[in-house]
Amino acid sequence: MYELKKLSRVYPKGRGKVAALSGVDLDIPDGEFITVQGLTGHGKTTFLLMLGALDKPTSGKIIFDGKDLGAMPESQLVDVRAQNFGFIFQNYNLLPTLTAEENVEAALVPLRIPTAERRARSTAALTEVGLGDRVGHFPSEMSGGEQQRVAIARALVKEPKVILADEPTGNLDEVTSLEIVALMEKLWKQRGMTLVLVTHDTKVARRAPRTAVITKGKLTMRDNRAPKVGTQGPPGTAKPAGAPKPT
Amino acid sequence: MYFRYLGRELRRRARSAALVAIGLALGVGLVITVTSYAAGVKAAQGQVLSSLYGVGTDLTVTKPPTAGTGGPFRFSGTPSSSAQAGQSFAQDNLTSAGGLTTIPASDVSSISNLKGVAGATGALALSSVHITGTFTGGFGPGASATPTPTPTPTPAPTTTASASPSASGSGFGISTFSVDGIDPTEPGLGLLSGPNIASGASVVQKWFSDVQSGGSSDQTLALVSSAYAKQNSLKAGSTITISSTSSSTSFTVLGVVSVTETDGADIYIPLSEAQSLTGDTNDVNTIYVTADTANDISTVQAEIQKALPSVTVTSASNEASNISGSLSTASNLANSLGLGLSIAVLLAAFVLAVLLTIASVTRRVREFGTLKAIGWHSRRIVGQVMGEALVQGIIGGAVGIGLGVAGAFLVTKISGPLTATVGATGLGSSAPSGFGGGGGFGGGGGGFFGGASPGAFSSAPAGFARTFATSNHSVTLHMTAPLSLEVFGVAAGLAIVGAIIAGAIGGWRAARLQPAVALRRVE
Repeated sequence: MYELKKLSRVYPKGRGKVAALSGVDLDIPDGEFITVQGLTGHGKTTFLLMLGALDKPTSGKIIFDGKDLGAMPESQLVDVRAQNFGFIFQNYNLLPTLTAEENVEAALVPLRIPTAERRARSTAALTEVGLGDRVGHFPSEMSGGEQQRVAIARALVKEPKVILADEPTGNLDEVTSLEIVALMEKLWKQRGMTLVLVTHDTKVARRAPRTAVITKGKLTMRDNRAPKVGTQGPPGTAKPAGAPKPT
Repeated sequence: MYFRYLGRELRRRARSAALVAIGLALGVGLVITVTSYAAGVKAAQGQVLSSLYGVGTDLTVTKPPTAGTGGPFRFSGTPSSSAQAGQSFAQDNLTSAGGLTTIPASDVSSISNLKGVAGATGALALSSVHITGTFTGGFGPGASATPTPTPTPTPAPTTTASASPSASGSGFGISTFSVDGIDPTEPGLGLLSGPNIASGASVVQKWFSDVQSGGSSDQTLALVSSAYAKQNSLKAGSTITISSTSSSTSFTVLGVVSVTETDGADIYIPLSEAQSLTGDTNDVNTIYVTADTANDISTVQAEIQKALPSVTVTSASNEASNISGSLSTASNLANSLGLGLSIAVLLAAFVLAVLLTIASVTRRVREFGTLKAIGWHSRRIVGQVMGEALVQGIIGGAVGIGLGVAGAFLVTKISGPLTATVGATGLGSSAPSGFGGGGGFGGGGGGFFGGASPGAFSSAPAGFARTFATSNHSVTLHMTAPLSLEVFGVAAGLAIVGAIIAGAIGGWRAARLQPAVALRRVE
């Protein structure tokens, strides 16, 4: 699915430059659940934005399904995003003026799906995340956990190939966090999509077979099924054995 | 989805949306009010011009007086001999109205033959001044006492004005009236043309008919204005005498007529008789011209000016610039202050709409970043922003139309009557500023108080006579502020254009957002 080759992203900062990502090599096969860890400001979000075609590399390549996302114009990238990626953000990023159902439906608008089908799928997605009775509620009428469930439904409703979650439990209490992660894991297993989850929480990170650790823009892979905590696998390319098969 | 999102977004920021709509509404309302006000003023100007200028006339040709010409006719209060002391005196003066220089009657034919001219007729507008008094003082050179004429009752028919020149210390009676010599062969042109007749059309028709076909007695038929007839108790069959310094003719009043023009004369007589009285047997002083079409007026005006360089050719539009009084003030107000205010408010509303739309986009950066992340094209986001702005524009336009209608209603209700006065230039026969133009009192070739010698009573006060007779050329009318669908359309269109501009700028900013940057925005 993904092939990252010498991927770098440099941002200008004042008169100098900051390398958010530096020479990242990584393969992510279809259907893998991978977590991303790292300190604040070390490049986790940049990495996720690159995977979601929301940012372009300064150098190197990011190949998705055989296409170089870095070489595609924005007009094509929009369609790639609409069809393939589902985003979940730490702050939920729901549109405050739309109901839960409408927020979910918004993800189907670019796909030119008829209105009735859009609504049916949105309601189904909300029911799947346990919010079947809250479809008409606005974000301001829901708790953080519920809002994040709406965001998950929005990401899932178009049945994307990849779910990209940027610290989805960052604003939630421990109990709710575990519920959300469990929900995402369940959906990943059910749907067989690729799941990339950025998190600060090591417990959450260890639920994935592999964790990408980003330190000052450099990426190393950790195999979470190894007997010792903190054992790092070879950087990048190895596909983990025993990745769950999509059901 | 589009309209639900749009409607809810506008409701969410109702205050800012209302501010934009109100700004646009104020601009639109002002534009409608000022436009309708200006339309009202224009209509009033048209009404005034119609009454002051003549419906049947497109152009008026006159020849302005030149300085030092036309006078001075002097009446001295000093008797030439002691024998005259205590005796009464009377003197008549019949001169070209407004001190206008005469034009050869042959020029009427020349103008008639010009391309684009439908017809032309000459007229001789005259002013009569009748002075009466009694010599009471000394006489001759070196007389120590200044003669003091004693005013005597002025004979009818008169319009009387008493003057007491300080130079002589004397008092005497002055009666004035205006006379127009009308060409009876051109009933469709000039002051007595059909459209100018307010009442007495049949007697005018009879007058033209009798004078054209009748014998010598019919040449002394006269028409008198209703005001003049009332003032001097004249009616059909009455006799009036018009005198000049050299001759005198009695006319029989055929009837009473009222013309729409405020500069209509007191007495209308055949042109040939007017010419005989003044001795200008082949001259006129005003030529009324009609063009084939309204489009020809400016061309004909230029052609006449080219053919007769010394004359003044005045059109209704020229005359509009000579209107003064509160109508002129209203016109200036509508054209300068009103228009400027409208533009300023509209611009302010546009700027406000643009700034608030940009502010809205800036506040929603992460929202738009999210939409881009889930696959919304920039054009869809731009459309959303523009749609929101457009709705504000439509609301602003609708409210603005309401405000404009209310404004126009208020203008109609609260504005008092307007007065309009035509200035001295242009219409020879009107010459309302008797104290101004050449030949008038104090003007041209020696004025009432500007004569060569103290006590001298200058001549050629034609403008004076007409002015006194008509008490200035003013029209009073009530202001209206007419509204039209076109004005509504244009004004609402302006609001929508303003909203579209604001939406386009806001949308452009939204479209330029990099999703990665937008999503990183901390709110």
